[in-house]
Amino acid sequence: MTKLSFHHSDGSIDVVETDSETSIMRAAVTNGVRGIVGECGGQAMCATCHVYVRPEYLGGLPGIGDDEDEMLDCTADPRDDVRSRLGCQIKLGTGFDELEVDVPGSQV
Amino acid sequence: MDDRMNFSTNAPAHHVVVVGNGQAGIQLIDSLRTEGYSGRVTLLGEETHFPYQRPPLSKDYMAAGSTPEALPLRAEKFFPENDVDSRLGVRVTAIDRAARTVTLDDGSTVAYSTLVLATGAANRSLSVPGSTLAGVHGLRTLADAEAVHARLGDVGAVVVIGAGFIGLEFAAAARQRGIAVTVLEFADRPMGRTLSPALSRYFVGAHERMGVTLRLGEGIASFTGNAGRVTSVESTTGTSYPADLVLVGIGVVPRTDLAAASGLAVENGITVDSSLRTADPNVFAIGDCANYPSHHAGTRTRLESVQNATDQARHAAKAILGRSGSYAQLPWFWSQQGALKLQIAGLVQSGDTTVLRGDPATDKFSVFSFRGGRLAAVESVNKPGDHMAARRLLDQGRSVSPEQAADLGFDVKSYSKAQ
Repeated sequence: MTKLSFHHSDGSIDVVETDSETSIMRAAVTNGVRGIVGECGGQAMCATCHVYVRPEYLGGLPGIGDDEDEMLDCTADPRDDVRSRLGCQIKLGTGFDELEVDVPGSQV
Repeated sequence: MDDRMNFSTNAPAHHVVVVGNGQAGIQLIDSLRTEGYSGRVTLLGEETHFPYQRPPLSKDYMAAGSTPEALPLRAEKFFPENDVDSRLGVRVTAIDRAARTVTLDDGSTVAYSTLVLATGAANRSLSVPGSTLAGVHGLRTLADAEAVHARLGDVGAVVVIGAGFIGLEFAAAARQRGIAVTVLEFADRPMGRTLSPALSRYFVGAHERMGVTLRLGEGIASFTGNAGRVTSVESTTGTSYPADLVLVGIGVVPRTDLAAASGLAVENGITVDSSLRTADPNVFAIGDCANYPSHHAGTRTRLESVQNATDQARHAAKAILGRSGSYAQLPWFWSQQGALKLQIAGLVQSGDTTVLRGDPATDKFSVFSFRGGRLAAVESVNKPGDHMAARRLLDQGRSVSPEQAADLGFDVKSYSKAQ
């Protein structure tokens, strides 16, 4: 079971618990977390599932691929060189059982 | 639109009825509520399945393993939270524009103040002998994808009819599973309706390297079966190809019957103006089914893409609320074929001059298309940075020179970000 916390800019938090090997984007879209769009269906094509991973969780994440790296330069809200990731590229159930991210103000 | 209309549009008694719960219809509802619309909303969808995203169906969905779950377009709670009366498995049989009602297949009627047609498109079907044999599949809906995925575990040879996006995405996915794949394409190049000739040429080689047998200039003549199930495909050149499964991907036709029967103009889609409204001020059409005056095409056009569906939905939502303006969003597209990520910004047209940026042999490059000396479109393979730079430039009506496009020392990404 992975516990995912989505922190919104107004201070509210969406908590999603999932036991499937899904992505952050899919978990967010399936559970109606606002601010995560996932318009391309999870193929690193649209950069609308941008999240800022909280620093304490960065160590457990997979590396950033070339495609993700390039798309992160094109997010609607500014990229954070350390914390920005695409939610579709981070699969749950590997390397961590808890994750907290901040949701950008805009994705489109 | 004057203030009085604006007021009445947002009055509680106003009722927006959306026909079609695909990417366009659902984004429209989302945008209406985000923009502050407080009237009634009814969403009518034909499929019984909860609304889902189609793009993965011809790609990730076809990977080996157990049947994947579809990716929903929104969470289930989206509909109650946004006070949307979402009805699944409901077909609209008629529109009465004078009475402002739609008739459903159970005989009931629903009254609307504003009607949005987001009816999408249907797969073009084949009428050659044997087309109805078992094992001959189309691929559009989740039901289609489930049927194909269920068979892929025990097929040796697949024939794909049509080298468009769907056909080639599926071909690449099948090759990744070790299945022998032959693609028949009647035209002389793959994805010819969308891509520049230069990029079509690259994809011919790329699919050959994936192990796909791509037969150009060769159409389908007939299917042969045994006990009702397809066993081979005969092409227009008289060649026979063994097939345990056939995937037909020969394009789509916009679903315009309802609009046409109600007297609305239809010509390759439902005719709308630059605000995406039909000649009836109470009826809009968006997405795959809409034919609109395109700023980027320089003529009327109809596009089949997620971007077109969602951006038109956002625009129409504002137009319904009286915030008019011309729809002028930049068209962009993508396709995933095996390890190749294809992204297109803008619309390629015949007669464009093209400039290569990067080396196709590295499978990371872009083709920049120029029209009248200005940048018109950029096709990228595994170069998302070029794609996003191109979207920024084209969106702002900016250009680069052909020399800059060809020069890898010219940082197109930084240039696109500088104002």
